[in-house]
Amino acid sequence: MEAWSRFLDAFFKPELIERYFPAIMKGVVVTIEVAAAVVATGIALGLLLAVARSFRVLPASALIVVFADVFRALPPLVLVLLVYFGLPNVGINLPSFAVLWLVLSLVLAAFAEEIFWAGILSVPKGQWEAARSTGLNFVATLTYVVLPQALRLTVPPITNRTVAITKNTALGTVIGVGEILNQATTAQSFAGNATPLMMGAVAYVILFIPVVALGRFLETRFQWRRA
Amino acid sequence: MEALLQQFFNLAIMERALPLVLMGLRQTIVLCLVVVPLGLAGGLGFALLSRSRSRPLRWAAVVGIDFFRAMPPLVLLIFVYSGLPFAGIRPSPITAVAIAFFLNTSSYYGEIYRAGIESVGAGQWDAARSTGLKGSQALVYVVLPQAIRNVLPDLVSNTVEVVKLTSIASVVALPELLYSADMARSVTFNSSPIVLAAAIYLAMLWPVVRLVSRLERRIAA
Repeated sequence: MEAWSRFLDAFFKPELIERYFPAIMKGVVVTIEVAAAVVATGIALGLLLAVARSFRVLPASALIVVFADVFRALPPLVLVLLVYFGLPNVGINLPSFAVLWLVLSLVLAAFAEEIFWAGILSVPKGQWEAARSTGLNFVATLTYVVLPQALRLTVPPITNRTVAITKNTALGTVIGVGEILNQATTAQSFAGNATPLMMGAVAYVILFIPVVALGRFLETRFQWRRA
Repeated sequence: MEALLQQFFNLAIMERALPLVLMGLRQTIVLCLVVVPLGLAGGLGFALLSRSRSRPLRWAAVVGIDFFRAMPPLVLLIFVYSGLPFAGIRPSPITAVAIAFFLNTSSYYGEIYRAGIESVGAGQWDAARSTGLKGSQALVYVVLPQAIRNVLPDLVSNTVEVVKLTSIASVVALPELLYSADMARSVTFNSSPIVLAAAIYLAMLWPVVRLVSRLERRIAA
């Protein structure tokens, strides 16, 4: 019984929950802001790159492939440290919030480009030919015929990938972005108690369980790759 | 331009940092050899649990998988490393990484295995059982080989993610590749060691990333 109350004291101390609730909520707001910005720019850039690749201009396509490969192969934390500590020395000073947003957007764009491109490739050639033969030009074919079919297929993988990358907002704590984990670890070292950390973990789970569940639902609904 | 080269591609500094960075690389490889098999085994456990005949077990598996997929791995790691000591358990950095990675990667691998097992038709089970194989034998000799083949691209691409993820072990001061490179950076005030580490990650993972793109396209076709 004593062990149990010591456990409660270390992880669920009521007065600490009350004291640090505002700080954790501030972190929640920052996490949501970064995540929303990353999702918007990352997916837009990814789609733009996939569309650019469909024009099949060799040097441009090659550059896009290299970009997508590099940003899919490098750990995001490596990129965060590289940008955060490297750029100031060449005269570019970005706030840590902007560094986190920039890096995660580029990573998401790389993955999104590959997924959108796979979606575009999955549309049968006959669709292109039929659309072109009705007099639509290349851009109109892409916009009205190919992309609507391609994007439908990409909903589940894009959702899952986006969730995985927005969870990386927690990496911001390493460079001092005041997101949930950062608030929680700061509070923990002040309080000398694990309660704030537990609150941070709970906040993340509350924030992300709905999107994970959404991903699960979309997967069964759209049946990507399984016929 | 000159400043940029000096800051990111300083060969003299890279050369000095190389021994330290290579030691980090060795740690990263050891770490991968610990966490990837752990995750693959745990994932299989999660997948089998999520197909168990008992409803509470199935529910527990789904809740566990979604819970650990919702929790950022870094949060989990810091919770294990600096939260557990308050409960009287003091894990070393490598133990903390192993525990956190086991929970996180098992749930991802678990979902992949589950999709794989579901992609194998019920007829395969029935046929295997009717030849006299036990349920466990049907699973190991008939269903799993096909299931794994069906989801191979996902398994490989998740493994790439796990290898990349080992870089967060640097946050709990485990001297792996990124930690060593960052040490060298903070001593030299120059980012070239991190570029060196990035180049090593790229050399290890780029071929695999290409392979995944290929495998994915072949299955889509």
